Amino acid sequence: MSTTTALPSARYGVARAWRAETFRLRRWTAVWVLAAAWLLLDALFTFVFNWVSYASGSTNFSNQGESKADLLASILPGALAENLPQGMPLFGGALMMVLGAIIAGNGYGWGTWKTVFTQGPSRTSTVLGSILATMTAVLALLVVTIALDVAFSLVIAGAESQSVHLPTAAAMGKSILAALMVMEMWALAGYLLGTVARNPAVSIGLGLVWNMVIENLLRGVGNSLHAVAVLTHFLPGTSAGSLVGRLAGIDPVNATPGVFDTLGTARAVVTVAIYLAAFPVLAGWVLRRRDVA
Amino acid sequence: MDLTDEPDDTEVVVRTDALTKTYAGRRAVDAVDLTVRRGEIYGFLGPNGAGKTTTLRMLLGLVRPTGGSARVLGGHPGTPEVTHRLGALIEGPGFYPYLSGRANLETLARYRGLPHSAVADALARVGLTDRAGDKFRSYSLGMKQRLGVAAALLGDPELIVLDEPTNGLDPAGMADMRALVVALARDGHTILLSSHLLAEVEEICDRVGIIAGGRLRAESTVAELRGTSRLRIVATPTERAVATAQRLAGRAAVDVDLGDPAAPAVRIDVPAERTPELVAALVADGAAIHDVRRTERTLAEVFFEMTGSAEPEPTDLLEAAR
Repeated sequence: MSTTTALPSARYGVARAWRAETFRLRRWTAVWVLAAAWLLLDALFTFVFNWVSYASGSTNFSNQGESKADLLASILPGALAENLPQGMPLFGGALMMVLGAIIAGNGYGWGTWKTVFTQGPSRTSTVLGSILATMTAVLALLVVTIALDVAFSLVIAGAESQSVHLPTAAAMGKSILAALMVMEMWALAGYLLGTVARNPAVSIGLGLVWNMVIENLLRGVGNSLHAVAVLTHFLPGTSAGSLVGRLAGIDPVNATPGVFDTLGTARAVVTVAIYLAAFPVLAGWVLRRRDVA
Repeated sequence: MDLTDEPDDTEVVVRTDALTKTYAGRRAVDAVDLTVRRGEIYGFLGPNGAGKTTTLRMLLGLVRPTGGSARVLGGHPGTPEVTHRLGALIEGPGFYPYLSGRANLETLARYRGLPHSAVADALARVGLTDRAGDKFRSYSLGMKQRLGVAAALLGDPELIVLDEPTNGLDPAGMADMRALVVALARDGHTILLSSHLLAEVEEICDRVGIIAGGRLRAESTVAELRGTSRLRIVATPTERAVATAQRLAGRAAVDVDLGDPAAPAVRIDVPAERTPELVAALVADGAAIHDVRRTERTLAEVFFEMTGSAEPEPTDLLEAAR
C-alpha cells in the first residue's frame, strides 16, 4: 500500500501551497476579468482619452487648463514614470482589494479552506503560500501594466512623430516601487477583509466603501477638524496616495484622484510598508487560530 | 488480533481521551474516548447534531478541542506529520467550482507534492474519469461526493476519514462506494467512516462507535453490540416447554411471547449452538415443537436504543423520502 509522500518541510510546504494556489488562480475567470478591467481603465484614462483630446483639440475633466503640447507630453514615453502609478491608489487599489477579498473570502463559502488544510502543509505554510500567490498575481499584473504603458506611449510617439525620451532608470525604479507597494497593499487589505468576514461579498462592499468613500469623507472633514486630519495621515488611502505622489514626482493638482502630497516620502514609504507587513500577518494569525467549519 | 482485545499503541491509529468541544456553553462533543485500530473500518454513528462531524473536524485539526486530547497516526491533529498521511472528506466536498474535477485534484496534488499520475488513479478509482474535464459546478451531488472521495484517496494515505460518503449517491453508486471502502481496507488502509445509514455500517464496518448528545454511548464490534442471538421456540404445552427451558438456560433467560395467543412462543437467551441440546430436551420432556427460529437484534435496534430516538415508522420514511 501507500505511496504517501515524504513529509514536507515548512519551506517545501509554502512552495507547494504557492504552486497549488497559482495553478488555480491562473484558471479563475474572475482573476482575468479583474486584470482586464484594470488594464482597460489604465489604457483609457492614461492614454486613449488624452490622445483623443489632443487629436481633436477638445478638453475633458482631467486635462482642463493644459496646453496641447503639455497634453501630448503627458502621454509620451518621457511621462511613463508619472503615468504608471497614477491610477493605483484609488481605482487600481480598489480592484486589487476585490482580488484579495475573493481569493481569501470564497474559500469559506466553497469550503475549500477545510480541504486544503488537510493536504499536508501546515496551516501557516498554506496561508503563506496563498498570500504569496496573491502577491504574485499582483506582480504579474504590474509587469503587464508596465508593458502596456510602454507600448501605448511608444505607439503615440510614433504616430505623432515625436522623438522617444525615456525616463531615467532611477525615476522609473521609484515609480515601479510605488506602484508595486500600493497595489500589493490593497490586495493584502482585501485578503485580510475576506479572511475576517469569511465572505467575499461583505468584504468587497466594506473595502470599496472604505477605499472610495469613507477615506475621502474623512479627508474632507479633516480640512476643518485638525484631529481628523491627523488621523487621515495614518490611513492606507492617504499613505498610498502620498507614496505615489512623492515617489513618482506627481503634482497633485493635475493628478488622478487619490494621488496626494500630504505625507513626506519617508513617512509614506514607512506607513505603506507597515500595512504591507501587518495585513498578511493579521490574516495569517486569524486563519491559523480559527476553527474551520 | 481479536477486535475485542485492548490494542497496543502500535495498532492504534486514532485515540481520543475525554475529547470535548464547547460552543457558547453547549457541549457539542462531551468527553469522547474513541479508538480506531490499524486496518479496520470503523463506523461512527449518531443522529444529526450528535457531534460526529465536530469530532471528525477535531481529529483533522480543523477545530480546536475545548478539552481532552487526540492522537492521530501518533501525532497531533492538523500537524503536517499527520495530515500528509491521511485523506478526508468532511461534511460535503469543498472544491473550486470554476475548475474541472481533474483540475481540482491537480490543485490538491500540488499541495501534497504528488505526481500527475496520482490524479488519474484517484479519478479512476471512483469512476469519474469520463467526466473529469467538466466543471465542478456542473456536477450532480453524487459526482461531487465521488470527487470528494477521490480527493481523500490522493497519495494513497494510511488513514481515510469519510463523513457520509454515500450522500447523494444512487443505489448503484452506494454499492460501488461500499465496495470501494471494503477494497481500501483490504489494501491495508484504515477507514473512519461516519454514516447515518445503519445497514451500510452493519454490512461493512469491523467496529462501531455510537455517539448521541455529544457523548460516546458505545464502542465495540457490530456483533458485540447486537448481543447474543435468541432462540424463539413455539412448543406445546407451553408450561412444560417453559419448565424445560428454565431448567437448561436458567430462569432469567426465558420468557413467553404472547403475541399470538393461539401459539405462545418461548423465547430463550442462549447461544445459537445450544439449539440442538434445547430442542432435544424439550422433545424428551414431551413437548411438541412447532417452530424454531434464531432472532438477532439489528444494529438499527441497538442504535435507537442507545440514542434514545424512536425507530421511524415506514410511513415516516416514505414521508421523508418525498
